[in-house]
Amino acid sequence: MSAETVEAKRVPSTGAAAAKDIRTAFSSKWASIFIIAFTVVWTVPTVGLLVTSLRPAKYVANSGWWTVIEHPHFTLSNYNTVLFGKGATTAIFPYVMNSIAITIPATLITLAIATMAAYGLAWVKFKGSDTVFFIIFALQVVPLQMSLIPLLRFYNVGVHIGSFPIFPALHLGGKYYPVWISHTMFGLPLAVFLLHNFISQLPEDMMEAARVDGANHFRIFRQIVLPLSTPAIAAFAIFQFLWVWNDLLVALTFAGGTPKVLPLTGRLEQLVGQYGANWQLLTAGAFIALIIPLIVFFSLQRYFVRGLLAGSVKG
Amino acid sequence: MGVSVSASHALLTASTFSDSVDKLGQVISAVVVFFAALLLIFFLAGRATGRFQRPLTVAIFVGPAIVLLLIGLVIPSFRTLYLSLHGAQALHAPYVGFKNYGFAFTDPATQSVLLNTLLWIIVAPIVATGLGLTIAIVVDRMKNQSLVKSLIFMPMAISFVGASIIWKYVYDYKQSSQPQDGLLSQVVIFLGWKHPPNWLLTHPLNNFLLMVILIWIEVGFAMVVLSAAIKAVPDEIIEAARVDGAHGFGLFSKIQIPMIRATLVVVLTTIMIATLKIFDIVQTTTGGNFGTNVLANAMYQNAFVTDNTGRGAALALILFLGVLPLVGYNVIQLKRERANR
Repeated sequence: MSAETVEAKRVPSTGAAAAKDIRTAFSSKWASIFIIAFTVVWTVPTVGLLVTSLRPAKYVANSGWWTVIEHPHFTLSNYNTVLFGKGATTAIFPYVMNSIAITIPATLITLAIATMAAYGLAWVKFKGSDTVFFIIFALQVVPLQMSLIPLLRFYNVGVHIGSFPIFPALHLGGKYYPVWISHTMFGLPLAVFLLHNFISQLPEDMMEAARVDGANHFRIFRQIVLPLSTPAIAAFAIFQFLWVWNDLLVALTFAGGTPKVLPLTGRLEQLVGQYGANWQLLTAGAFIALIIPLIVFFSLQRYFVRGLLAGSVKG
Repeated sequence: MGVSVSASHALLTASTFSDSVDKLGQVISAVVVFFAALLLIFFLAGRATGRFQRPLTVAIFVGPAIVLLLIGLVIPSFRTLYLSLHGAQALHAPYVGFKNYGFAFTDPATQSVLLNTLLWIIVAPIVATGLGLTIAIVVDRMKNQSLVKSLIFMPMAISFVGASIIWKYVYDYKQSSQPQDGLLSQVVIFLGWKHPPNWLLTHPLNNFLLMVILIWIEVGFAMVVLSAAIKAVPDEIIEAARVDGAHGFGLFSKIQIPMIRATLVVVLTTIMIATLKIFDIVQTTTGGNFGTNVLANAMYQNAFVTDNTGRGAALALILFLGVLPLVGYNVIQLKRERANR
């Protein structure tokens, strides 16, 4: 936008009209065109993925996906092949199940432990509770790369002082436990922070009244805090769900290469090499991986945005 | 339009079915056992009286989180520091001092990794925040803004792996004599560049093409947060500025931008931290080849592929030192915010 248009929009006004004036300064036909073009550019790659996943192999090999406008040929067979294809090497359905099996407990357990900790730190005041809260907040940004090597060894060989074992090896290879536990550990700092922000703002007199009535902390937590915190819990549940479902690093490290545990993201990363130029299969696999988070996201977008704002904007 | 559904061969084989049932069984039993145990503990601890009541309450509420964080993040971080000063072997590695760090800063391959990482954390967050801010300002005035916002925000829900596949297809290369299937090649051919290169193999361009994937994901985040911050600037301040003679763009750059500066910094640092830890994009698109490797991938490769624990740990620590100033800033910011409440 040029300086001239800005100057031209200068009209004397006061109060609320002033706020509008600023926005007017930025609005013009060009601004609208920019936004529309931007939205198209942002959306087209995903459309290309969806279209390709629905095209028969012979067309995908010889022409770009945008040619469907002239030659519309669609099929669902790519999805059938990718999900249930013959031989264990191609079928990704078991990996979809792995993703589900990893995500549900990793979300629920994190939520439970984090909500409890947030309540404990906010309302069961004890010496050092503020310090603990700040340390947990700071842990949010410790790169999880820092703990991958030692944590993996902890699961595999336990803890020894010299050769004296003080914690046994857990032998969790090929099990979901290490992935669940690791996701819980890595999700806790953000979870405790977000939930604490919310729970510490609950009305004091309500807690006081319950305490006067003789309710202990466990009752207050279940009967007052949990129902009132539903919006915050929902917001974080979406975060954690998306984070776990979309994760690759934790899965690769703690699920290893075992097909029994590896989630969809890990499998797709392998398929990028394996399927090579079979874009119709790769795109179908990718679309399966992203349709579930997209459904969750679009149906709960309001909560998601609220959680995002609680985490990064004062208020 | 010819839709042919060929779902003729068996959809769910018996073994796939029993496998799925088994996995769901594991999930349900784990969740049920966990919450049953929790309820039981709550019930029992609720009966406790006397002087143990309070410490017990604290232990039950805060204890699990603290134990998990100690085992999962705090102790491993110190352990990584220790490992970074030791040799390659997983067990009984000799002390080597700062040799692993020396290697990281002198080895040409690792130097290029550090350079790439630096490029990533400068370019990607600034571009993403800048675009997010621009859109936040402009989109407010549009009709159908919720649709536009949703579409721009959508990539946030897509995994880095999924996003990488989407964009790898956009960047796909075919010889210019053949029909193209990569959108980028098609567009530049249409614009008159007859022989586009193999995008992902062209250094240093490929680094920027990978950054586009991260920017694609993060712009929605920046837009939503900044748009909320702009709306939160009180009308009175704008009015006062207007009375003092501020107008149009000057009003925006001199009044609104400073008012949302704190949020801008938070958005910028959040994306920077995400960028430093970026692993999936590089792993999925190029596997770190063709001069695109970054710190998080080099760390993973050293630790788990070539099994040089010491070097992997040193790289993890360099990563940590990179985010440390950002952490420090955020903690100070939070403390200040709490003091204002």
